[in-house]
Amino acid sequence: MPMADRDNVLIQIQLPAEVDRIKLVRPGVEAAARMCGLSLPVARDVVLAIDEACQNIIVHGYKGQGTGEIDIMLSRHEDGLLTEIRDTAPRIDPKKIVHRALSDLQPGKLGTYFMSKIMDRLEYLPAPGGGNLLRMFKRKDQSS
Amino acid sequence: MSEAMTNNANRSVIHLSGEIDLEHAPQIRKVLLGAVGQGCWILVDMAEVTYIDSSGIACLIEALQLARKNGADLGLVAVNPQALRVLELARLDTVFSIFPDLTSAVRKSA
Repeated sequence: MPMADRDNVLIQIQLPAEVDRIKLVRPGVEAAARMCGLSLPVARDVVLAIDEACQNIIVHGYKGQGTGEIDIMLSRHEDGLLTEIRDTAPRIDPKKIVHRALSDLQPGKLGTYFMSKIMDRLEYLPAPGGGNLLRMFKRKDQSS
Repeated sequence: MSEAMTNNANRSVIHLSGEIDLEHAPQIRKVLLGAVGQGCWILVDMAEVTYIDSSGIACLIEALQLARKNGADLGLVAVNPQALRVLELARLDTVFSIFPDLTSAVRKSA
C-alpha cells in the first residue's frame, strides 16, 4: 500500500458524519478516480466503496448520533488511487469487521463486502491522535 | 429521491427515482413493505434510479423476503447498468426477477 503524499493529493474533503452529507462526496470521488486514470465503471465502484465506508463510520462508528466528522483524502499514485478515510470515533477492532455470506440472503451487512470486493487493498489502522484510519487502494484497470 | 405507486388486483408497481441510499432507505423501506400484499406481485420500476448502495439493496431484499413469505414475488424493472452492477457485485442479479421493461414485467405478473 503506497503512502499518501501531499504532492499527489487529488481531493480532500471533510464532512459532518450525517447521512444526508454522503451524497456530496460522490461527484468529487468519481472525478478524482477518473483523473487518476480509472475507467468510469471502476470509478463508480470506488464511489460505492467510499460511500459504504462513510456509512459504516456514521452508523457504527458514531452510532448515528450525527456527531463527529469524516476526513477523506484521495491521492494519485503511479499504479492507482489511494483513499484515506479518518474519523474520531472509538477505535474499532478490525477482526470484528465481518460481512455476511452472500448465500445467506438477508438485509444488511453488505457494505464491507462491497468495499473488499471493489478495492484491491484495504487496511484499518488506529489514527494518530485517536480514531480510525481506513486506507484503501484501487489499481488502475489494465485498459486505463 | 421520489416514489410513486400504481395498483391493480394482481400487482403493485412502484416507481423509484433518484438516489436509493442510506438517507432515503427508511422511506423506501416503508413504501416497499407497505406495498407487499398477499399474492400480489410487486414490480419496482428502477428506470430513474441514479444510484443505489447497500442500504437500498437491503430494502429490496427485505421486501422480496416478505413478498415470498406471503406467497407473492417482487421483480425489478428497467434496472440501469450502474444499479445492475451493484446487484451483480452482491450476486443478487440471479435472486431477483429482473425485467427489461414494464411491459414484459406486467406480462409475466399477469
